[in-house]
Amino acid sequence: MRRSSLILTTEEDAMLNGEMGKTIQKAMEIIVGLGKIYQAKRLIPVSSVQVAGVSYDNLGEAGLHFLESLAQDGAKCRVPTTLNPAGMDLHNWRNLGISSDFAEKQWRVLNAYEQLGVTTTCTCTPYLIGYSPKFHEHIAWSESSAVCYANSMLGAFSNREGGPSALAAGLTGRTAEYGFHLDGNRIPTITVILDFPLPNTEFRTHLFGALGKLIGEKITSEGKKEIPIIVGLINASTEEMKSFSASIATYGGLALFHASGLTPESDLFPLPKRSITISKTELEQTLQQLQTGLEQQFDFISLGCPHLSIREIKRIAELVQGKQVKVEFWLTTARKTKELADQLGYSEIIEKSGIKFAADTCCVVAPLKNRFRAMLTDSAKACFYAKSKNNMDAALISFDQVISKAIQ
Amino acid sequence: MIIQGRAIYKGKAQGMSLVCRQMISFFGGVDPDTGIIVQKDHDQKGESIANKILVFPSGSGSTVGSYTLYRLKQNGIAPLAIINRECEPITAVGCIIAEIPCIDQVSIEQIPDGAEVYVDGNQGSIEIK
Repeated sequence: MRRSSLILTTEEDAMLNGEMGKTIQKAMEIIVGLGKIYQAKRLIPVSSVQVAGVSYDNLGEAGLHFLESLAQDGAKCRVPTTLNPAGMDLHNWRNLGISSDFAEKQWRVLNAYEQLGVTTTCTCTPYLIGYSPKFHEHIAWSESSAVCYANSMLGAFSNREGGPSALAAGLTGRTAEYGFHLDGNRIPTITVILDFPLPNTEFRTHLFGALGKLIGEKITSEGKKEIPIIVGLINASTEEMKSFSASIATYGGLALFHASGLTPESDLFPLPKRSITISKTELEQTLQQLQTGLEQQFDFISLGCPHLSIREIKRIAELVQGKQVKVEFWLTTARKTKELADQLGYSEIIEKSGIKFAADTCCVVAPLKNRFRAMLTDSAKACFYAKSKNNMDAALISFDQVISKAIQ
Repeated sequence: MIIQGRAIYKGKAQGMSLVCRQMISFFGGVDPDTGIIVQKDHDQKGESIANKILVFPSGSGSTVGSYTLYRLKQNGIAPLAIINRECEPITAVGCIIAEIPCIDQVSIEQIPDGAEVYVDGNQGSIEIK
């Protein structure tokens, strides 16, 4: 038999042998299985876990059954573990047109997670609500945009986990040491030069989304895995970089980038000699691609992919005060952020305009297939999933333009 | 003939091989209610993976594919075992949660389609009868 070089501690071995129950055993089998595939030498502790596979729309009956079977033997997560967005707002689902059948299944998913000791905050931006790992901290997150943000902007160490492997990391407190957990695998492979200044305006989330798509697609066009270091990406806000991280992960499959003068690991490495240049014309072309269909009638508007920050919600409140929207318009955000908006009075102003909060969920994972024809958004990632998952057209415009179109 | 590979998930099984030249994307590529391969342009499209020794190079596609294997198992139509050239996380996690014996690092060209195959997922070995 070909021996695996993975060495376990006595405690890890006990988990694998079932001494801590069936659920912990199953979790350790997943961690060890991945460790074998990637030829890890050992397991390492993780301090934060984020689990995707929460929306019943994605999990289906099989996923629900798996979670409920794991939840039976009383095993609990050992490290802080949070969830990706669910398929609905856990309070306001009726108002968003979610069926009670779906809601019942969604509640069963959340109950199973709760029994497993998971904190059921459902958000793709845990780093905005207090789950913010520090530099070089080992974590196991699964939401692609959050993994990319945590690796790149915070300098934390995470692979892009699948739902079951993230949950397994939460239950065992471990992950296998491979991929982005190793310093040597984080070195930039290509220099990406922006040879023009980005316009000096506020709330450029759409522009950063388009840039993420452009760079993500361009450097992976030959099927190669790359870690870019971007030169010229400066003065970007948290919101813009969450949009960029989501987009480069969606269109390029990237979980790590560096940006000179912006990301914390960027000055650890020399610039790779191999380089490409991104021109203003290319960015304009990408924006145009994402705007096709802008002339048609939109029956859905969505902001909050990734989840809105409190600053973005404040901006929306300023722009819609005293105005009315006529089309179905969702703001997706973390429950915690929504509560802060309630406290600050923004929610009242926004809801008076006819815009609806959809906390805990988002337009990617909610059951929206065939429900709307066309969507307006500031998110390049949301455009991708609108078309590929939910069968609706989508067009990308700026954050402020989305609001002005809605109140026309 | 005996082939030695690497054990990914434990268990033993014996059955008839279904050998695919192309990768399989379980999510969307296999009907979870029938076990039939429905993946566009797949070389074994229309064949059932139910109760077969399923041989393919590697998995691809959405990570939700792990749950497809679990669902096939719940429906009693999962493969008896999986043999890969190079196993990746979707297939590995699917085999672990669905408890399907799995072996990789195998030159799958050596396994004929429709052969009687014995798989030992504990030892990582395959016997072609």
